[in-house]
Amino acid sequence: MRSFAPAGALRALLLMTTFLATALGAQAQAPLRGGTLVVVSNPGEPAVLTAAFNQQGAVSAISTKLFDGLIHFGEDFKLEPELATRWDVSPDGKTVRFTLRPNVRWHDGKPFTSADVKFSFDEVWRKIHPRGRATFAAVESVETPDPLTVVFKLRNPSGVVLRALNSGESQVIPKHLYEGTDIVQNPWNAKPVGTGPFRFKEWVRGDRIVLERNPDYWDAGKPYLDQLVFRVIPDATARYAAFDTGAVQYGVLMPISINDLERAQKNPKLRVEFRGYDWLGSSVAVDFNVRKPPFNDVRVRRAVAHAIDLQALSKVTARGVAKPGTSPVLSTQGRFYTTDLPAYAFDTKQAERLLDEAGLPRRADGTRFAVTLDWLPFGESYLRYGEFIKQSLRRVGIEVTIRGQDLPQFMRRVYSQNDFDFIVTHRTAMGDPQIGTDRVFWSKTILKDVPWSNGSGYSNPAMDGLIEAAHEAATEERRVELYKKVQRQAQADLPSFTLLENRMYTIASRRLQGLATGSDSAYDSLKNAWLAP
Amino acid sequence: MARTLSIDADAAPVARTRRRPYVLTRVLQMVPTLLLILLTAFVLLQLAPGDMVQVLAGEAGGGSPEYLARLRQSFGLDQPLHVQFLLYMRNVLSGNLGFSFRNNASVTALIGARLGPTLLLAAAGLAVAVGIGVSAGALAAARRGRPVDRLIGIAALLVYATPGFLLGIGLMLVFAVALPWLPVGGFVDAYGVEGPWAHALSVARHLVLPAVTLGALHAAIYARFTRGAMLEVYGQDHVRTARSKGLSAGRIALRHVLRNALLPLVTVIGMQTGALLSGAILVETVFAWPGLGRLAFEAMQQRDYNLLAGLILCSGTLVVLVNLAVDLLYAVLDPRVRLK
Repeated sequence: MRSFAPAGALRALLLMTTFLATALGAQAQAPLRGGTLVVVSNPGEPAVLTAAFNQQGAVSAISTKLFDGLIHFGEDFKLEPELATRWDVSPDGKTVRFTLRPNVRWHDGKPFTSADVKFSFDEVWRKIHPRGRATFAAVESVETPDPLTVVFKLRNPSGVVLRALNSGESQVIPKHLYEGTDIVQNPWNAKPVGTGPFRFKEWVRGDRIVLERNPDYWDAGKPYLDQLVFRVIPDATARYAAFDTGAVQYGVLMPISINDLERAQKNPKLRVEFRGYDWLGSSVAVDFNVRKPPFNDVRVRRAVAHAIDLQALSKVTARGVAKPGTSPVLSTQGRFYTTDLPAYAFDTKQAERLLDEAGLPRRADGTRFAVTLDWLPFGESYLRYGEFIKQSLRRVGIEVTIRGQDLPQFMRRVYSQNDFDFIVTHRTAMGDPQIGTDRVFWSKTILKDVPWSNGSGYSNPAMDGLIEAAHEAATEERRVELYKKVQRQAQADLPSFTLLENRMYTIASRRLQGLATGSDSAYDSLKNAWLAP
Repeated sequence: MARTLSIDADAAPVARTRRRPYVLTRVLQMVPTLLLILLTAFVLLQLAPGDMVQVLAGEAGGGSPEYLARLRQSFGLDQPLHVQFLLYMRNVLSGNLGFSFRNNASVTALIGARLGPTLLLAAAGLAVAVGIGVSAGALAAARRGRPVDRLIGIAALLVYATPGFLLGIGLMLVFAVALPWLPVGGFVDAYGVEGPWAHALSVARHLVLPAVTLGALHAAIYARFTRGAMLEVYGQDHVRTARSKGLSAGRIALRHVLRNALLPLVTVIGMQTGALLSGAILVETVFAWPGLGRLAFEAMQQRDYNLLAGLILCSGTLVVLVNLAVDLLYAVLDPRVRLK
């Protein structure tokens, strides 16, 4: 055994040196042209290949290679040009003028103009985008004084508009292929024509989607890769095996199970990238049904928050990668985030005190009351969160029954029938609290049947006032200030309790270079990506 | 022996002349069966809690009441149920299985693209199952009570008791990761292949692990069944006669025992076809095989009614056809069977 140790250490050293040399060499190298990048389509197979009206993760991950937005995010949510080369906001904040990039062509050769942007806004983003109506509520009209100018006329200043024009959220689609058609059922959704660095080649359902280099891309000389092949690999173990053997080289949105993450981090062939998810802002939350006892009492909701050790929850369910939640606005959301909020430290004694105060004392058998927890069927991790909550709450005398069901039943139970006590669910921030946070706390988002709306049934005029004032804030500073107040109110009333800020990750082969690291680069167009030998 | 053969010779033409009308009758009988399947499927799917539009909106990232209403109207889901069914039946009878709103494609196209891979996997799985299962079972019966018999028994039990996905992942970890001989999954090489032969070879390489996984589970059943059926035949008079004539053990096993034991085995194979198709769901998931099983699983998750109804109709047709084939096979295997 002893004789092996030095040999092992030597081999490790050698491996490290080789690896470092390769990594440094690769960095110093100029991008290489050509090659096929095999990507795992995650989660699962997309429904369509344009995210203009469907924001499913797999759709966005693929369509952002085919389509552009007006702008995109650099690091720290810095706005950078894409189809728009510049944008000017009038002093009163009610006019936003975009200058479009000249000589951009759709993949079918037709020129891209302001008419495409107006069409996308009028017919897609505002009408059939799942969040568009709320996001663009302040936009009165979109005007096109010339083919390369688009003017957004606003009723009131609205900071969210500029933050929703990246290709992940608001894709520009070609008017000439969509005008006068039923957009949702338009056949071009499955063989799209975009302006992005890659163009559609083929889609073999259930197996692969192939995109090829767009030789006429506006950013001349790019992309470097010849081809992207998206493969559907439904099983998590098989996905890791595919990365390990080099059968796939790139995947976003946690393409391997959290249980394989450590292995991937130690795997010399793979790289784990946590950057690029700030815009998406994924978190895990508990939503209470505040329409009925026991969670109509804020003391009971606060007791639940005090009874769960979030640090331990992260360790047990997410290998310590996730960050304990402190606010419905995540710490990655830049200037909107604040820690000056009511907090709920892990304190079972405080939890018990609150439950006693709420008139729910321990009975002879030691329990106080029984409730049912429904978990969002987005994979086994939600069941594990549920089990952790069950065990945590048992300590303070709350008996929890965990109920599982498939997604359609979950949606119906929570958003149509409101037939639940509390749920453990997923939330995305989408770059701006007006998009990601309002829908949970605004009484106007108590919408029957609508997924991801205010399913708790929480309604507080004070909160409504803050949210509505934020929508019409004259300056960005005022908007930020108001959203900090929204967070304070939310943490005080606690209709929803953020358990964890997910740290999502990308898995990439070490050969893959040139990946973007901006706030929304999980949906990078891959125009700068290239494969080292 | 000569007498038996002469009876066979007399019986065969009778069976053959009657087979054609029999086949026609059976095919005609399929129509009401399939219509009934379709009606049941439609009703059952409507009973399943949950709403396709809600799932679509959930997947798409949210929505508004107007958004949901627009989708419902666009998909014709705002019509009363009986109207939806009648419209659907009218479409089906004219050969149109409808539109999958989740996949933004026609049901016929979706099923068409997946049918080939599923049939290939099922056929290869069946070949593995029958090949390994029947040989192992025959060997065990011929060596009854000997170590090889016990070994086969234990192996069959072990394989049968192993969950399909575990067996699949185990095989993958050994033969695709540790010994990278075969691809980890998929249907054909992702980098693309040139020419039909290279394509076929690539598909064959991708087929090995899924087919062995699917086949192994059924092989265990067939091995046990073949052994039992053969042992029963071994005790019969004609085998003793064959032995007394001094025929070799191999010839007796194959010609006199196995052939007579095949009849019940064919029945089991026919009955197992449905299980083979549903077992394919797991195997297709583990090996990313683009087949109908996975499509059905996803369609159920998404309450994609048109696609599900189409899939039920398709698998119903397959099962009915296989059963017909089994009935026809009886007559081939045992000339005493008359098809009426």
